Parts: sequence; structure tokens; C-alpha cells
Amino acid sequence: MRRPVHRFDLLTIILHWLIAILILGLIALGVVMTRPSIDPVLQFSLFQWHKSLGMLALLFAVVRFVYSVIWVRVRPVGGMKPFEHLLAKITHGILLALTILVPLAGWLIASVSPLEIPTFAFNLIVVPHLPVPKSDAAEIWWVTAHAVLAYSTLALVFLHSSASLYHHYWRRDDVLTRMLNRERRLIEPSAKEPTS
Amino acid sequence: MIRHAFLVCLMFAASLAPAARAAELPSLAEAAGRYAISSGSIIAFRVDQVGGGGIRGRFGKFSGTFNLKAGDLAHSTVNFDLKPESVSTGQDRVDAFLRSGAVFDSGHFDTISFRSDRVEQTGQDSARITGTLTAKGRSASESFDVKLTAWSGRRIAFNVSGRIFRSRYAMDVGTPIYSNVVQFDMTIEGRRG
Ligand code: HEM
Ligand code: HEM
Repeated sequence: MRRPVHRFDLLTIILHWLIAILILGLIALGVVMTRPSIDPVLQFSLFQWHKSLGMLALLFAVVRFVYSVIWVRVRPVGGMKPFEHLLAKITHGILLALTILVPLAGWLIASVSPLEIPTFAFNLIVVPHLPVPKSDAAEIWWVTAHAVLAYSTLALVFLHSSASLYHHYWRRDDVLTRMLNRERRLIEPSAKEPTS
Repeated sequence: MIRHAFLVCLMFAASLAPAARAAELPSLAEAAGRYAISSGSIIAFRVDQVGGGGIRGRFGKFSGTFNLKAGDLAHSTVNFDLKPESVSTGQDRVDAFLRSGAVFDSGHFDTISFRSDRVEQTGQDSARITGTLTAKGRSASESFDVKLTAWSGRRIAFNVSGRIFRSRYAMDVGTPIYSNVVQFDMTIEGRRG
């Protein structure tokens, strides 16, 4: 099944960017909505948006995870050293796991909270709470876990996107373009220095 | 043998019940007068949430009077005030949210009041009270169903129920996760004042 190819298929590309936008948006939303000075009506509404969009991110991430594991295997872009490829693979693996773990931890916050506020995704679907015992202590624990995982994701995404920009502007290889575009624009890996 | 005795008891109880019930109902003339709403009253409410369950709470601080007019029930009056800051749901965070500007804004509006406009009798021991409810600086006409539950000469008690739309009082935060309707189920106890 996992035939190595040189480019990403359309589904991988769409899911990658959709999830990236959702996650970065959710982190920004998470920061804004937990500010102590926020108006309580706005806060309630932002929390619900965060939970709805977070559930959507989880759904996409699960699809993408399964799909990546059974299907996607791309050859390293030419010119990459084996350790660079290994590093990228490890980072991608951790990112893949985090895209599932972060919203799962969020779902656990909603599920363990004694407030039992329903997750009514987009005011359309009631997402049931996970079957876990409810307590204030468990809620505090999962709020911390969710925040630590989310901000770790942000740090890793910063590294990951810096790496892709480094490949694009310094190495001038195909790493970024093949995640943007299905047509391989064959910029050959530069043995020569970039002209600047 | 035991079974037989049980049946006799049941029949005896059944024959007594209507009499007991009738005795409980005072004539209006008997019950007429001014009452103060006692602290033994229970001001309980419920807001349903999507998927089942919901928020249940009570108000601990309230006061009020009612005046039952003999022969002129329609002109009987009720005045009731409650302090929204006394809300309790068993969850401190929910209480704080209810007191905040999102719901009662009890810092700015410390009293929720009800002033009756008219009373209609709807049955032998029931009535419907319509009046003006004022909360968070907004007033609207609301009705409550009242049913007599206890009477002992000095003390009278009613079950009072009503459905209030939160949106009329700018308190509809959280809809549609939480219903727009607050269901009140109260026990109002009056003592002759
Ligand atoms: C990929 C998806 C998600 C990301 C990136 C994300 C990110 C964040 C971030 C950055 C915060 C702020 C943390 C802080 O500074 O304290 C936060 C808070 C929160 N998130 Fe998420 N979240 C995601 C999914 C979810 C989901 C699916 C739910 C629930 C169904 C959820 C529920 C919450 C809640 C309840 C809080 C507030 C915690 C508190 O009480 O402070 N999140 N999230
Ligand atoms: C929340 C944000 C992000 C996550 C979770 C994420 C995750 C991933 C994962 C798991 C892969 C491996 C391929 C796959 O299985 O889909 C990947 C590839 C890639 N990502 Fe991201 N990514 C994020 C944001 C970004 C951003 C902001 C950029 C660029 C500015 C970027 C650029 C790339 C590139 C260029 C690849 C292809 C690498 C290659 O050719 O092997 N990603 N990303």
C-alpha cells in the first residue's frame, strides 16, 4: 500500500493545511478566551466555538492519521541527508500524534468537568462526554495537560515551519512547494549557493 | 388474613381521603387577609440543557406579601422581591457566572421583583397570577400558576410554577445549549401578618 512517491496527493495537502489553519486558529482562540478580563458572555460563546472547531480538528486529524499511516509515504526530497530525513520523520510523527492528543485532552476537560457543559458542536450535534469520573481536580489536571500539549505543538510547528522556509529560501528545494502544489516544480536541489 | 386486613385499611383510607381533602380547602372568606411570605418558602428553578440534564438552583434571599381579598379574588395582590446574588446551584462557578454581567448582573441590579396585576381563579384550589416581572432593568408581563397545597388557619402554602423566557431580560447567554426557558417550581408559604 505505502508506495513511496515523490509528491503528496491532494487529500494529504488539503488535510495538512486545513488542520494547520484550524490548530493555529484554535491556539489563538484558546489564548484569547482564557484571558481573565474577558466579558463572560463573549467568553462563553468563544469557549463553545473553540470546542466545536476543536472537535472538527480532531475529526480531520483522525482521518489524516489513518490515511498517513496506511497510505502516505513520500520519498525524501533530493539532497536531504539521512539524518535530516529522520529528523523530519520524527517531527512529523510527533506532530501527527499531537494533532490527535491536543483535542483529545480538550474533550477530556469537557468530560471530566463537574459543570457538565455539553459540547454542542456548531449547535448541531451533541458530542457525548467521554465516560470518565468528574471532579474539579481532574478538570484542573486536564486543563494543564491540554495547555502544555497545545503550546508544545505551537513550539514544534514553529520549528517545523521554520524548517520548511529554510528549505524553500536557503536550500531552494522542493520541500515546501510539494506541500503546496501537486505539480512538482522541479527546482533541483542546489549544490550551488543561492544567488542573493 | 394479613391481606384481608390490608384491604380493609386501604378502603378505610380511601373513604377518608376526599373528606380530608375538602377539609383542607378553606373558604375564601376564611383565608382572606394579608400574609407575609415566610423564609420557609422554596424558590427553585431549572434550566434544561441539550442532551438531557440541566442547571437546578434556588434563591435563598427573598421577601414578599400577598393579600387575599374575600369575594374579590381578582383584586388580590402579590408583591415579591428576590435577591439574585443569593442564587445557589451547588456549583460555585455556575453561581458566580449567574451573578455576573452575563446573567443577573447582581452588582448593578440587586433585586428581581414581581408585582401582580390580576388574579384569575382557574379551579377550586388554583389560580393564575399575572403581573410585571422586573429583572436586570427590564420589565415584562409574566404569569404563574398557583395551587393551594396547605392551609392551617395561620399558615397557607401554595405551589407556584411558571416558565420565564430568559431573552426578555437580556439573560439568554448560552442558548441553545441551555434552554431559553427557566422553569420555576416554588413553594410559597405565607403567614398571617
Ligand atoms: C487541535 C485542537 C485544539 C487546540 C490547538 C486547542 C488549544 C487550546 C489552547 C491554546 C488553550 C488555552 C490554554 C491556556 O492558555 O490555558 C485551550 C483551552 C481550552 N480548550 Fe482547547 N484546543 C483544541 C481542542 C479543544 C477541544 C476539542 C476542546 C473540547 C471539546 C477544547 C477545550 C478547551 C477548553 C475547555 C479550554 C479552556 C481551559 C480552561 O478552563 O482554561 N479544546 N485550548
Ligand atoms: C499545526 C500546524 C501543522 C501541523 C500539525 C503540521 C504537520 C505536518 C505533518 C504531520 C507533516 C507530514 C506529512 C503528513 O503526514 O501530512 C507535515 C508536512 C509538511 N508541513 Fe506541516 N504542519 C503544520 C504546519 C505547517 C506550516 C505552518 C508549514 C509551513 C509554513 C508547514 C509545512 C510543511 C511542509 C513543507 C511539509 C512537507 C514536508 C515534506 O516534504 O516531507 N506545516 N506537516
